[in-house]
Amino acid sequence: MLDLLKNQLLFSGLLIAVLMGAINLGVAYCTFYERKISAWIQNREGPNRVGFFGLFWGFHFWGYGQPMADGLKFLLKEEMIPDKADKPLYVMAPAISFIVSTIGIAVIPWGGYLDIDADGIVDVACQVANPDIGLLYVLGVGSLGVYGVVLGAWASNNKYSLFGGIRAAAQMLSYEIPLGLAILVVVLSCGEVRLENIVRAQIEGGGTWNVFVHPLAFFLLFVTQLAETNRAPFDMAESEQELVGGFHTEYGALKFALFFLSEYTHMIINSAFLCVLFLGGWHFPWIPGLGLEDTAWWAVLAKMAMLGTKIAGCVFVYMWIRWTLPRFRFDQLMRLAWKGLIPTGLGLVALAVVMTYFGIPGSESVWPKLIWGLGGNAAVLFMVVLVVGMSPAGVTGRQANMPPISLLSPAKRVPRADQGTAN
Amino acid sequence: MITEDDIIIVDDMRRDMSLTERFYLPQIAQGLSVTLRRMFTKRVTLQYPEMRREPKLEGDLTDPHSQLNASRYRGVHRLNRDPDGRVACVACFMCETACPAHCIHIDAAESPWPDREKYPAKFDIDELRCIYCGMCEEACPVDAIELTYEYDLVGNTRNEMIFDKGKLLEVFDETCQIKPRRNPRITGYAGTGSPDHQPARPTGEQH
Ligand code: SF4
Ligand code: SF4
Repeated sequence: MLDLLKNQLLFSGLLIAVLMGAINLGVAYCTFYERKISAWIQNREGPNRVGFFGLFWGFHFWGYGQPMADGLKFLLKEEMIPDKADKPLYVMAPAISFIVSTIGIAVIPWGGYLDIDADGIVDVACQVANPDIGLLYVLGVGSLGVYGVVLGAWASNNKYSLFGGIRAAAQMLSYEIPLGLAILVVVLSCGEVRLENIVRAQIEGGGTWNVFVHPLAFFLLFVTQLAETNRAPFDMAESEQELVGGFHTEYGALKFALFFLSEYTHMIINSAFLCVLFLGGWHFPWIPGLGLEDTAWWAVLAKMAMLGTKIAGCVFVYMWIRWTLPRFRFDQLMRLAWKGLIPTGLGLVALAVVMTYFGIPGSESVWPKLIWGLGGNAAVLFMVVLVVGMSPAGVTGRQANMPPISLLSPAKRVPRADQGTAN
Repeated sequence: MITEDDIIIVDDMRRDMSLTERFYLPQIAQGLSVTLRRMFTKRVTLQYPEMRREPKLEGDLTDPHSQLNASRYRGVHRLNRDPDGRVACVACFMCETACPAHCIHIDAAESPWPDREKYPAKFDIDELRCIYCGMCEEACPVDAIELTYEYDLVGNTRNEMIFDKGKLLEVFDETCQIKPRRNPRITGYAGTGSPDHQPARPTGEQH
């Protein structure tokens, strides 16, 4: 039995089964914690009624049965297809969305190598697939995610949905660029596109995770991932207040649930990706047993738990941000991407190129990396602030297509405090 | 067509954003710190079926958590009794006329008592239709109809929610210790609400 598991193919199969279960459970509880966190931020309690045994013993269990109840509700609802919808696409879109957001799991290195029978020889990699182009795979799959949204929006034959889909497409196009630039920084400094080796490079470089060397690139990746998952403040595709729910306006029951699940799966996968690229994957300094050479099953489990903790932290920040920031206006969103994030990203790539040219990433000691990285980041940040400070401020409130102010007599101008009475 | 005269410019609108505002991040950090602090402050939720707000007329009414200001709340109606335990209503139809939701239905009949001409043979209020505006209470010349502080009003069917005279008088019997409104009493007729006045109990044949 144990020998069978030494076969990477069979082990990968087992891993897929376990991961699918774990991630779906994680997604279910993400929806629960999303509601809880929103409630806590608003001084409420959040869902706390549905318990596993509530039916029999009146035991609420802090509402932990809520995701099951929600899932059951979605299952039992009536499946509706709008009359004029493009039926094949309408049905396919949520499935595409869900599949695309799920298959990213395949290349995440969950826990390094595993030595099953403790004979000192490494047997299998704790990773479903370990292709040389892991990073490119994640990039490709990630940008496919918008297809589900756009197809669903188009197929439901609803103007609001279509607006949502168009916004999602435009937003994705703009934010893919800074995303690529941030990843390029990692690729340059690690010299690798294989995710496993990126983790290895971060560990072998004295535990200098990329986030310590390139904090701005980490930030850039985080922001663009927020946009890519359609999370607030970049949830232009959904915009409950303007678009009645955007691309999923016409969806109900299990199809809506699939869209919903895919958003959260996307969040988890993106967080995992962020952790692998910038937060050292499953590594944590000062904890014995989480090193490269620890390959016993318990060490691998500890590594997976470590990565899981980091992912949970990232997901928490996603939710925290969602319930803090209001949505960007669409022109602000575009301005942020094209005038803010992309120039910053270019500066960071230039920094990484210079560092690579001088051989900093390969150095044995930690200090040149930190000094170069942090110094360079500070310089880039300084330049960004300089440019922002010197560029004309965006006009807020009064739009350019209104008549120029000089047309009006000064008597008509009122200070802001009197606005109510003047009207 | 908007003429120039109609346009009012509010001066502050073109205020330039400061550097930190244009840079977003410091402002975002500030916002995040606010929400993080909120997460650890006291929750305001009242766990309803287990915890209830107590109706109160006097004292400290500032804590919305534990108290319900019974002098302002407009909940389910009651039909008051006079000191003899008879229904105080004289079937004048003022409330039915005043009701904006048309949810009061009264059948008047000749009163069996010598001190008044009419009394309501039937008195129905559709509690589902009612908008709890309190107009009936304002209109009543003899303080016979009042809105109480009872706020959890449930039923399984629509018919169940049409309260008839008996039910409305029952509500009175349950809440007769409190006069729900601070309005001055117009008549001494429906002498209810003062703690020292225990209204007479129904004697059976009278309603
Ligand atoms: S509270 Fe208003 S709506 Fe309700 S019965 Fe009285 S008058 Fe009618
Ligand atoms: S409740 Fe008051 S207003 Fe309504 S019919 Fe009776 S006496 Fe008249």
